[in-house]
Amino acid sequence: MAVPVLKLAPTSATAATRPGDVKAATSPIVALPARKAVGSGRWLKKLNLVAANVVPPLVVVVALLLVWQLAFNRPGASLPAPSIIWNEARDLIVDPFFVYGPQDIGLGWRVLTSLQKVAIGFGIAAVVGVLVGAIIGQSVWAMRGLDPVFQVLRTVPPLAWLPISLAAFRDAYPSAIFVIFVTSVWPILINTAVGIRNIPQDYQNVAKVLRLNAFEYFVKIMVPSAAPYIFTGLRIGIGLSWLAIVAAEMLTGGVGIGFFIWDAWNSSKLSDIIVALLYIGLVGFALDRLVAFVGGIVTRGTSA
Amino acid sequence: MTAYLKLDHIDKSFTRSGVTSEVLRDINLVINSGEFVSIIGHSGCGKSTLLNLIAGLTQVSYGAVLLEDREVNAPGPERAVVFQNHSLLPWLTVYDNVKLAVDKVFGSTKSRAERNDWIMHNLDLVQMGHAKDKRPNEISGGMKQRVGIARALAMEPKILLLDEPFGALDALTRAHLQDSVMDIHARLGSTMIMITHDVDEAVLLSDRIVMMTNGPAATIGEVLAVPLARPRKRLDLVSDARYIAAREAVLRFLYERHRLMEAA
Repeated sequence: MAVPVLKLAPTSATAATRPGDVKAATSPIVALPARKAVGSGRWLKKLNLVAANVVPPLVVVVALLLVWQLAFNRPGASLPAPSIIWNEARDLIVDPFFVYGPQDIGLGWRVLTSLQKVAIGFGIAAVVGVLVGAIIGQSVWAMRGLDPVFQVLRTVPPLAWLPISLAAFRDAYPSAIFVIFVTSVWPILINTAVGIRNIPQDYQNVAKVLRLNAFEYFVKIMVPSAAPYIFTGLRIGIGLSWLAIVAAEMLTGGVGIGFFIWDAWNSSKLSDIIVALLYIGLVGFALDRLVAFVGGIVTRGTSA
Repeated sequence: MTAYLKLDHIDKSFTRSGVTSEVLRDINLVINSGEFVSIIGHSGCGKSTLLNLIAGLTQVSYGAVLLEDREVNAPGPERAVVFQNHSLLPWLTVYDNVKLAVDKVFGSTKSRAERNDWIMHNLDLVQMGHAKDKRPNEISGGMKQRVGIARALAMEPKILLLDEPFGALDALTRAHLQDSVMDIHARLGSTMIMITHDVDEAVLLSDRIVMMTNGPAATIGEVLAVPLARPRKRLDLVSDARYIAAREAVLRFLYERHRLMEAA
């Protein structure tokens, strides 16, 4: 923050490309209906399709910003208006990856720190959830016995796990990972179990005729057949992980995005908080889409 | 011809929530090597149960299924099944569906190249080599059933079990596949048992037709030999006296002596 001159160059560069892109996308869109009758290129149709998906959210966002600006653009407003946020927290918005000091780093770095914890916790949850879910799904008795337990445990909010995991691990880092794990494992586990239970009898018969052993059955029939269910669980799980990490970091400290919000609150930087919320939302959205995208590729054909 | 598959005094009953229902009673049948046998009967007469018993997917309550004088009570690739609804794995391509079976059965005896040749050989046998990279949901119902047959044949089974293989297909596709199966049977000389409820299909394809009485406690009512020379041509048979007689015999059995009671 102390050297605004240094920042200016990358700032203007990124700022120039972004709105430029948007303009490039919007200007032909406006002209489209008129040109459509004359032109007959396939790219026009494609552009039209992109426009149909991009324009409505763009309009809504602009409208929301406008309303926000009008509502809070007065002295003594409790929350900052968009223009104030832009002025106060521009460095956070335009350059996610600056490093000015150990605690003065871009939100991109903070998000990455948080994502690293999510990756570990969610990764463990995915492996454990699928394996245990597969075992439970195969046994009626295990399902009957464990399902109520899981149904109760899965409703425990992420933060409620934090004190007990802090007591057990005596360190913030593994505690945060445990909280992510314990939050995201249930939907993965339960969905996997249901997916395994719903494997069609036909596939089981094929496996029996071929005399597939347990491992082959797991890899070649169970996992692909239950994949749509598993990925539904993973998608819910990654969303919960992201919820859990932000909350956990607010309490455990560190350099993650969650602690940044808490820190900003303590120093009354409301603009910083709002920018951080935006980052969290966008990253959560990206995570969800990423899992959905991978799921779409992996389950290609299965769900059809 | 030698006694190949023997169904020896088979009873089958299911117990569900304390209630025992007898499905099959005292089934006795000897099937010779290379024979094509159809099992026909009204729905609910237990013909699919009988096939599942031979496949080993369900267990007999009494009696035994003997293949080459050895009892079978578990499923295995030497009794390959062509399932009613093809049962292809939708996440695998046509090629990979057959490969799954070939790798399992011949994984230790054939080299990778030999297995590839064998997969393609079987796909070509059912004229599906061209669609090897398609997924099951990208091909028609008839094509799926062809792949199902290829997968079963690729296991090089001692007996091929067909569970109403053409039931879900339209008449034209069905005729086409029936010709394919006849052709494969003639070429490979394999032993086949087919469940069907189509009289023409049974007469056209079979050496013998096993007619089941109605359930509960269904049994074999009659076994009809079809004395028609092979290869059989659909059109020539239409006016063939022996074909007509065989067809009439089956129809009389099904609709005169063992009519499905409407009340049931």
